[in-house]
Amino acid sequence: MSGLMAVFWKELADHFTSKRFIILSLLVYVAGIITILLAAQNIRSMAAGDTSTVFILLFLSAPEEFLRFFLSSFNLFISPFTFLFMLLIPFIGISFGIDSINTERTSGNLSRLLSQPIYRDAVINGKFLAGLIAMSILIVSIVILVAGMGLRMIGVPPTADEILRLFAFMFVSIIYGAFWMSIAVLFSVLFKNTTTSVLISVVLWIFFFVFSFFKIGQPIAGLIVPIDQSSSIDTLSQFEATYRLISRVSPFYIYGEAVQILLMPFITTANIATMLASSIGTVNPLSLGRSLLIVWPQLATLIGLTALCFAGSYIRFMREEIRAT
Amino acid sequence: MGKKGIIETEELVKTYGKFIAVDKLNLRIDEGEVFGFLGPNGAGKTTTILMLLGLTEPTSGKARICGFDPTREPLKVKRITGYLPEKVGFYEDLTARENLDYTAALNGVPREAASKKIDELLDMVGLSEMAKHKVGTFSHGMKQRLGIADVMIKDPKVAFFDEPTAGIDPEGIEQVLALIANMAKQKVTIVLSSHQLQQVQKICTRVGILSKGHLVAEGSVDQLGRETIGGGKFRVEVQVSEPTSKLVKSIENIKGVTNVKSSGDLLLISCDKDLRPQIARTVVDSDSLLIQMKIEEYGLDDIYMKYFREQ
Repeated sequence: MSGLMAVFWKELADHFTSKRFIILSLLVYVAGIITILLAAQNIRSMAAGDTSTVFILLFLSAPEEFLRFFLSSFNLFISPFTFLFMLLIPFIGISFGIDSINTERTSGNLSRLLSQPIYRDAVINGKFLAGLIAMSILIVSIVILVAGMGLRMIGVPPTADEILRLFAFMFVSIIYGAFWMSIAVLFSVLFKNTTTSVLISVVLWIFFFVFSFFKIGQPIAGLIVPIDQSSSIDTLSQFEATYRLISRVSPFYIYGEAVQILLMPFITTANIATMLASSIGTVNPLSLGRSLLIVWPQLATLIGLTALCFAGSYIRFMREEIRAT
Repeated sequence: MGKKGIIETEELVKTYGKFIAVDKLNLRIDEGEVFGFLGPNGAGKTTTILMLLGLTEPTSGKARICGFDPTREPLKVKRITGYLPEKVGFYEDLTARENLDYTAALNGVPREAASKKIDELLDMVGLSEMAKHKVGTFSHGMKQRLGIADVMIKDPKVAFFDEPTAGIDPEGIEQVLALIANMAKQKVTIVLSSHQLQQVQKICTRVGILSKGHLVAEGSVDQLGRETIGGGKFRVEVQVSEPTSKLVKSIENIKGVTNVKSSGDLLLISCDKDLRPQIARTVVDSDSLLIQMKIEEYGLDDIYMKYFREQ
């Protein structure tokens, strides 16, 4: 236990003093401020006079073209703020986890570290935990920053429901980040060379982004359930379901879906194509409990994938032999 | 010799696929010894050390450190052993002090005690003035010295040094060896691997020569020299003014002398033990004058070369 805490505190201190952390924070803060300014310009038209959800709209409103663009590319309701999170959190997660193990090895620290009286898993657990906390601090601070700025701008305090939704949103975002970090840690255990592991995780990130952004799922779904102009409603909804299923291969999509459900109380199913057509404010909001229920599969998937990746790196690291070089 | 050695191995084997790194190694090192592990690169020195530390699992055989099994009770072993790897690394962005602080924390040394101990150790290895400098700026020799401080933090009973003098300048080597010798004085059992023989010879009480995973020879440097080169004999070289055959005869008659060869005014005498006093008297009693006499000392270089030439 003492070993774990020693590794944890050292790694956390390393994160906070690293240039990487400072640069990433700056990047996230600047981008966050831009999104809130964007949102503030459009919040009036989206709120449509209803103040009960006005606070959460700080995170959701955007110029309509923006929303339409993302709706047509991702097939999801994405605001500038959620887009920022969707894109940057993987980046943060990867950069916090990617050199956790292989730098120890290349720098010659690993054998010295492992000859100390600590269990070997203290090293990997401590590192993962420190990365997770550093990332959580970054995520929570940006949400608080945006909420605070928004509060000053619109002057409408959040309702309890909205605050809970924000917490749920932060939680899902942290899980999403943990997923990317666990992938990064896995690569840093698998590949001896830091450059290789960085390259592969960036490739993975781009692949999934492209997969979601260019709707690769659509033609694939078309192969499974062929549709044309004369298809019946049944066939169309079957196609839609298949398409959605395939889209969920990408963590971007899973996260986007989860965030959309959690932050938008009005969304009853994951399908929002009809949503934007009607004015957002006119639909009856769901309770948070209902939203959580709907989002549960997405959340479970992310947690499961994280656990899987982490278990992989854990087993690999525990079994790895220190060899004479 | 009834008590158990602090390090014992029994038929220790390590294979990587078909490659046999360590082959049935039987070793026993007693408390307070400075044991030198010698052998060419790839002889299995590092692998043996890693197995003793519990960082690598042996394929078969047993290892014991202070009675603990490094594979089954790795933490108990790691608590009492210190290890300085061949290519030692520190966190380059941290200062010397911070690096040692971390090791202390990993060993569960309380902060106050650790701070005091680190001051002492940095002073001992001559890095007090560099304590607040980042390790990234350190020379290789300085890192090795810091490594020794790092090993000492936990007050180990046994310390392993893997090639502690490789790649550092002569002055640095002197410092590192002096520090290791100093540790030995504090009753720490030391195992060091090296292929730099001169240095090992200076500080080791006993050496083992490893070749292709086998321990081919073991003993003190003197003893090894006699066994390998002198055929287990002492050899005395005597220079006299007149090497008469009568003198040769009378030396041969000394009890314990097995062979006398003469060449010019030199006599080469092999004997079972150090018979210099008796030989001196014999020479003086004869008509001949004794010019000089010396017992042949065996350098590790000679022993080592002899072993590896034979193969």
